[in-house]
Parts: sequence; structure tokens; C-alpha cells
Amino acid sequence: MTEETQKIHFKIYRYNPETDKAPVMKDYYLEVPKATDMMLLSALIQLKAQDETIAFRRSCREGVCGSDGMNINGRNGLACITTLSSLKQPIVIRPLPGFPVVRDLVVDMEQFYRQYEKIKPYLQNDEPAPAKERLQSPKDRKKLDGLYECILCACCSSSCPSFWWNPDKFIGPAGLLQAYRFIVDSRDNQTTERLKDLEDPFSVFRCRGIMNCVDVCPKGLNPTKAIGKIRSQLLKEGT
Amino acid sequence: MAIPTFTFDAVIIGAGGAGMRAALALAKSGYNTALVSKVFPTRSHTVSAQGGITCAIGNAHEDDWRWHMYDTVKGSDFIGDQDCIEYMCKTGPECVYELEHMGLPFSRTDDGKIYQRPFGGQSRNFGGEQAARTCAAADRTGHALLHTLYQQNLQANTHVFSEWYAIDLVKASHGKGFAGVTVMNIETGEVAFMHARAIVFATGGAGRIFQSTTNALINTGDGIGIALRAGLPVQDMEMWQFHPTGIAGAGTLVTEGCRGEGGYLINKDGERFMERYAPHAKDLASRDVVSRAMALEIRAGNGFETKGVQHVKLNLVHLGADLIKSRLPGIRELSMTFAGVDPIIEPIPVVPTCHYMMGGIPTNVHGEVLTVDADGTERSVEGLYAAGECACVSVHGANRLGGNSLLDLVVFGRAAGLHVEDQLQEHLPLHPVSDDDIEAATGRLRRWQDNKDGESVSDIKAEMQKVMQEDFGVFRTAEYMASGVEKIKGLRERLQHAVLTDHSKVFNTARIEALELDNLMEVAAATAFAADFRTESRGAHSREDFPKRDDENWLVHSLYFAEGDRLSTRGVNMKPKTMDPFEPVERVY
Ligand SMILES: Cc1cc2nc3c(=O)[nH]c(=O)nc-3n(C[C@H](O)[C@H](O)[C@H](O)COP(=O)(O)OP(=O)(O)OC[C@H]3O[C@@H](n4cnc5c(N)ncnc54)[C@H](O)[C@@H]3O)c2cc1C
Ligand code: SF4
Ligand code: SF4
Ligand code: FES
Repeated sequence: MTEETQKIHFKIYRYNPETDKAPVMKDYYLEVPKATDMMLLSALIQLKAQDETIAFRRSCREGVCGSDGMNINGRNGLACITTLSSLKQPIVIRPLPGFPVVRDLVVDMEQFYRQYEKIKPYLQNDEPAPAKERLQSPKDRKKLDGLYECILCACCSSSCPSFWWNPDKFIGPAGLLQAYRFIVDSRDNQTTERLKDLEDPFSVFRCRGIMNCVDVCPKGLNPTKAIGKIRSQLLKEGT
Repeated sequence: MAIPTFTFDAVIIGAGGAGMRAALALAKSGYNTALVSKVFPTRSHTVSAQGGITCAIGNAHEDDWRWHMYDTVKGSDFIGDQDCIEYMCKTGPECVYELEHMGLPFSRTDDGKIYQRPFGGQSRNFGGEQAARTCAAADRTGHALLHTLYQQNLQANTHVFSEWYAIDLVKASHGKGFAGVTVMNIETGEVAFMHARAIVFATGGAGRIFQSTTNALINTGDGIGIALRAGLPVQDMEMWQFHPTGIAGAGTLVTEGCRGEGGYLINKDGERFMERYAPHAKDLASRDVVSRAMALEIRAGNGFETKGVQHVKLNLVHLGADLIKSRLPGIRELSMTFAGVDPIIEPIPVVPTCHYMMGGIPTNVHGEVLTVDADGTERSVEGLYAAGECACVSVHGANRLGGNSLLDLVVFGRAAGLHVEDQLQEHLPLHPVSDDDIEAATGRLRRWQDNKDGESVSDIKAEMQKVMQEDFGVFRTAEYMASGVEKIKGLRERLQHAVLTDHSKVFNTARIEALELDNLMEVAAATAFAADFRTESRGAHSREDFPKRDDENWLVHSLYFAEGDRLSTRGVNMKPKTMDPFEPVERVY
């Protein structure tokens, strides 16, 4: 260590089902410049150069692909847009909570994807398409802002207690955000059916408004608000 | 070693824009299709595309696909194939309306149509006024496009093999064709053989051969490596686009759409220097032109310096907070995260950064892979296709225009899907295979398993990236390239002895990175040899020792074969079907 560098202490969750009976938290150290704007993902890549057995997912390294959601000092986030300087040491890194661990920081996201698929995340319109585009006013298009940008990173659903308890029945914040994205799209004409699919006591109504999802979403999206809108539409239709 | 076999009519390798568009075409055909991707589909690199998709739908002003074609041919510095460019520009509007009908959330004009913005190299009326031809969903067009295509594939019940890695092609036990591909399930480490009548490569780019790139970490040129090892050629690999506006130090991109919306570049004196280099188009000149101008400004000492990195700046401040928030929200986010700069308040530090591979696996207009036999005859390889960035159709020639890649993906992804369907109906056979040929296509795995003493993957990768960055960057000369070629040859040899220390089965990402490095090295070698070969300057390939374009000798595609590092050339198609060709003229902006 020199005057310009500092040693950063990490504790990383390690588990390989082939060889390990139980997970362990392993210590790692990395020397980086003192005033660094390095992202956590870059640090993990450097640690992997030292110990190539550490497994994690990554792709875009700029916060748009949703690969590297993980639990960082107790909070879900994307490693690629989290600066080291924003984190207290030791930096404790665990896989996303609430999902089965495949290995190290890699979790099995099947349940999360199934819930997304359940809401029929594709535009439905049974009228024949025009020769050109379907028209949509800028005002109607604006309703999709804050919804369509979801990157399916699962930071939200993995921090939601209702999703932990009922991952098979509660759609969860990410899926519901997309459900609402299609409900409000002026080009989709299956709103009634979409709402009907959600009226059981679990799909939407398990949300307890705890707002963990909003708190952690790395894209600044607000699933709770979308859920509230679906709820009030359901209640309106119900009366 | 007998491994499990899966049998399909068609296997598509890659679930970016090109692969998913091809899969969608095939899903509707009823043929049994597999879509294989090393990452979950929406994590493919297409998700990063920002600015938009270009085509002449005329929502901002009167427009004509022929004007788009003219710009694309000129942008390509005249080695784009005109039959394919014609097909792309003409079919483009239909493909973009299709995307809209699928639900892509395009931004809108006041009258509710798809919003179009100006991009570099766009003109009206064959070289006239600046055009606005790039259809956009804010500055997240790739995300919107990729998610929409994934959603459509969900609805169509496409059989997705998510987090499966394609290793190598398997030869048919007789004759010249291919019978399938070996793959690995990343989660379990299980290796299998996918036996198929048709195979489509849609594996994307390879920007990770350079140190500094806008590309995702997964852009490792796997399709190129696989093709080269199978004895197939790659085309125009010297043509790498350096995007003018990568964030200095980080490499992350800020879209050309920023300049389309009215942003401009400045040097350390605050001068809008593009006015000197391209008096007419200024900041919206073609990317190769702008990148060279920036490099020259920095060389002349007119750049800024931040933490040892020389750069210029992109000014958006005058656009105002409202426009930046509504049209460029993602750029603002990236700039604040990676440069610590809010573009509403101050200009963004930018440098030319490796961005796009114009070269790739040569194909015809249907996406069928082309090869040249030992006796010089050119033929298509039955049942083998390529589309998207890994392919060289070639619609981009020596320099791609902004927004033309997303268009390429959907136009030729669809064309390949439709042609596969057609050929499946006609005749495509399921070729017989021998165990030996399957075994041969897992040879790389065994090498990584067996090597015991050697260098690490990360060390060799870092050295390769350094060589490519230093010797094959924006400006090139024979001297540096000759030594670069030698260094790459040395690294390629050392890679044969490199070691993997992690031999576990479950989600072994170190093994994947090792297999990827084999492919990166093939791409680096192809690039190095081809760059040294082309003794002229054209488009993105800029040689200080040969500063002029040389149409007499080089109005051709280059071809590289891995065996013996052999190079040759192929003619450029100058025969559009419905109009007269555009003859080569000097390229000014
Ligand atoms: C930051 C950025 C912004 C851009 N913006 C624009 C823009 O605004 N407009 C535009 O037109 N172009 C843009 N481009 C270019 C464009 O995004 C890409 O050229 C294009 O998305 C490539 O798409 P693709 O389908 O060919 O490949 P990709 O989207 O890269 O997908 C490749 C697929 O292949 C799979 N794959 C690769 N290797 C294997 C293997 N061995 N086994 C299994 N699967 C494999 C991957 O998992 C992935 O699914 C941009 C590029 C960058 C870097
Ligand atoms: S607000 Fe609802 S969805 Fe969000 S974390 Fe709380 S319970 Fe889960
Ligand atoms: S809503 Fe936010 S946190 Fe949840 S999956 Fe989407 S981007 Fe991730
Ligand atoms: S690597 Fe893509 S979101 Fe972090």
C-alpha cells in the first residue's frame, strides 16, 4: 500500500454446491487508488482475476441489462453502478435474498420470470393493425414512462417480504409494474381481461405497501404506485 | 465421450435483436426451433442501444428510402453491397411498423406518429439538407426493441435455451455442410450436441478486443471464432467503428442522438471545432470523420485532460433541462454515474471509443453464409446463416451510419428466418454425424481441462487488448501494425498453453471466459491481418502511410481465413435491383 492507494475489505458470500456443505463469507482485499470512482463491478472483476472461482453475472456494465443485481451491505442494487466510495467497509456482498442460490452470487430466477410471464407481457390488440403505425398521442405515450424502462433485475421482488412468502402466487413488484405498463398502453385493448386475471386475493392484493421495492429500484421506478393504480381499477370494476 | 443430442429443425445462436427477430419469423412457421443464448435474452447487448433505428417513414419531413440508400452507400465509403443496402432501406419501413404493432413504445410526434430525430450522415434528396430519419424511443430504443421482441417470443412460445453457451460447429460426416453445434448448459456444466437442419448465427459484436469500448462485457465475437475454426472466411474485419462520444475513462456511450438534438463538440478553447472539419454537416458528419477530427484536435494539444485521459467535451447545456429530461433521460443518468457530470449544467468529457464491428461472417441478402472454395468459386453454405452484428451482409461497408444497425438486425433477422423456413420446406436435410466430429467440436473444452501450467486468461486478455488499442486504433501505420501482428501471433500461441484453475461444473464463469478468449483472439488476429492487408484509407480504416482512398485496387471486400492466416478479396455488389447504382465519388460532409 502506498500513500495514493487504499486497501478495500470485502466479505463475499461463497457457495459451490459441488464442494461446499454450507455457504461461507470469505474475506477479500483489493488495493485501489485513494480517490477512486471505481464501480463495485470493476472491483469484483479485479477480484476474479485473483480468484477466478468467484461467480457472478454481468453483461452491459452500465446499468441497463439487469444482470448484476446483488445484495450490497444489506441493500439490493446493481454492482455496475454502485461506486466503492459510497460503501462502508467491510463491503458485504450476498446473492439476492429470497431466491435459491445456484452458486456464489448467482441466483435461480425462474420463479421471478414465471411471474413476469403470467401477466402476459405483450401488447394485445385484436383489431387489425393499420398499414402504418398505430397512433398514440404524446400524452398517452407519457403514461408509459416510469414503467417500460424496467430491466428485470429483480432487486425489487427480492426485497419484498410478500414475494418471499408467496413467490408462486404473488406476482411481485416487477411483474405488476409491467402489468400496469400494458393496462395503460392506449394501444392495448385487453384491459378488462388483464384486470380479471389479477383479481384473486394473491396476485395483487398480497402487496402490503411496504415500499421496499421503490426504495431499491436502481432505475428509480415506482412499482408501489403502479400497484396502487391497478388496485383502484380493480376496486372500481368490482363495484 | 457420448453426449446427449437434441434435434431441431433450426437452431438460432444469439438472442439479441437479430436472433430474436429470426426466432419470431420461425415461431410462426411451426418448425421446431431452438433459441440459444449465453445470457437471459433481455441481457443481450442490443439492450444498450440508445439513439434509435433509422428508416425513411417520413414523419418529420418528406422522405424516400432511396435517399436513405444514398446516405448508406456514401457512409459505407462505397464498399457496402448495394443490392443489400437497397433491400434494407426499402424493407425498413415495413419492419419498423411491425415493431410498433408489436408494442414498441416509440416516442411520438404531436400528431401521434413515431418520433424521428436527426442522426449523422443523413440527408434529403441525395446529399441535400440534413434529414431526421432515426425512429426513437427516448434514448432507450435498444431496450425498448429488445424487450418487445422478447415479449413477442414469449407469446409465440419460442423454445429458449437461456444461459447456454455455443462452443463449436460440428461437420457433417460427409460432404461440405454442417450438422449442428456443441453447446454447454452454463448452470450445470452439461455438454450437449444440437443436431439441426439449419443454424443461424446472431452472436453480436466483439468490441472487447479493445481496451476501451462501448461494448458489453459479453461482446466476445463467439460467432466469428466459431466460423473461423470451421474453415469459413470473415470479411472486412479491418473495419471497426470508433464512436466519437464514449465517456472519457469509462467507455460507456452517449448517443449520437445528443448531437442530433442539437448538442455539439468543443475543444479546450470552447471552440466548436467540427465547423472546421465538416463545414456543411458539422457535428453530424459521419462517425469516422468526427472521430478523426477529435483525435486530431487532441493531438494538436486542444484537448482537455482528466485523470491522465485526453478528451474533448460534448455540450448539451444550451438544450435546456426539459429537452434533456424528455428526450435524453438515459444519457443524463449515464453521464452523472460515469462522468460525475450533469449535462444540464456542464459538458460531458468524451473520446472516440471502439463501438461497432462492420466486418463479420459474409452472407448474401437472405443471410446465407458465403464461402470461397480453394479454386476460387464462391458459394453459399447450405443451412448456415448469419444476421446482425456478427454478419457482414454487407450494408455498412467501411463505416456504419447511426441507427442502421438496429435496422440491419430486424430486416436481416427476419429475412434469415423467412429464408430458413423456405429452405426447410424445400429440402434442407438433417446431416448424419460421426462421434468423432462431435468429439472434435468439444476439443477446446478438453484443452482448457487438461492444460496444467501456463498463464491466466485475464493476463493474456489484458495484453491482447493493449496491443489492439495501441496498434490498431483510429490511426494506423504499417510499422505499428507489423509489430502488432507479430505480438498477436505470439499471444495466440501463448493462449494455447494458458490455464484454467477452476474446473467445477456449476455456473463456472471462468470456463466461459476462457472459451470466450479463444474467440476474441481469433477476432483480434483477423482484424490485425486484414488491417495490415488493406493499403489505403477508407471509412473507419485510416492509414497514415496510405492517406488516400484507392478505388483502383481496393474497391473490394477483404476476406480472411484462419488457416495459414490467408487473405484475399471479393467484389462489391454494385447492382441494386430497382435502380441505377451509386458510383463512387469523393466523400465530403
Ligand atoms: C452502447 C451502444 C449503443 C448503440 N446504439 C445504437 C443505436 O442507437 N442504433 C443502432 O442502430 N445501433 C446501435 N448500436 C449498435 C447495436 O446496438 C448493435 O450492433 C446490435 O444491438 C447488435 O445486435 P445483435 O442482435 O447482432 O447482437 P447482440 O444484441 O449483441 O446479441 C448477441 C446474442 O448472442 C448471444 N451469444 C453470443 N455468443 C454466444 C455463444 N457462444 N453461445 C450462445 N449465445 C451467444 C448473446 O447471449 C446475445 O443473446 C449501439 C451499440 C452500443 C455498444
Ligand atoms: S410495496 Fe408491495 S410490492 Fe413493493 S415491496 Fe412492499 S409489498 Fe412488495
Ligand atoms: S422495477 Fe426496478 S428493481 Fe424491479 S426489476 Fe424493474 S428495474 Fe429492477
Ligand atoms: S451489468 Fe448490466 S446492469 Fe449491471
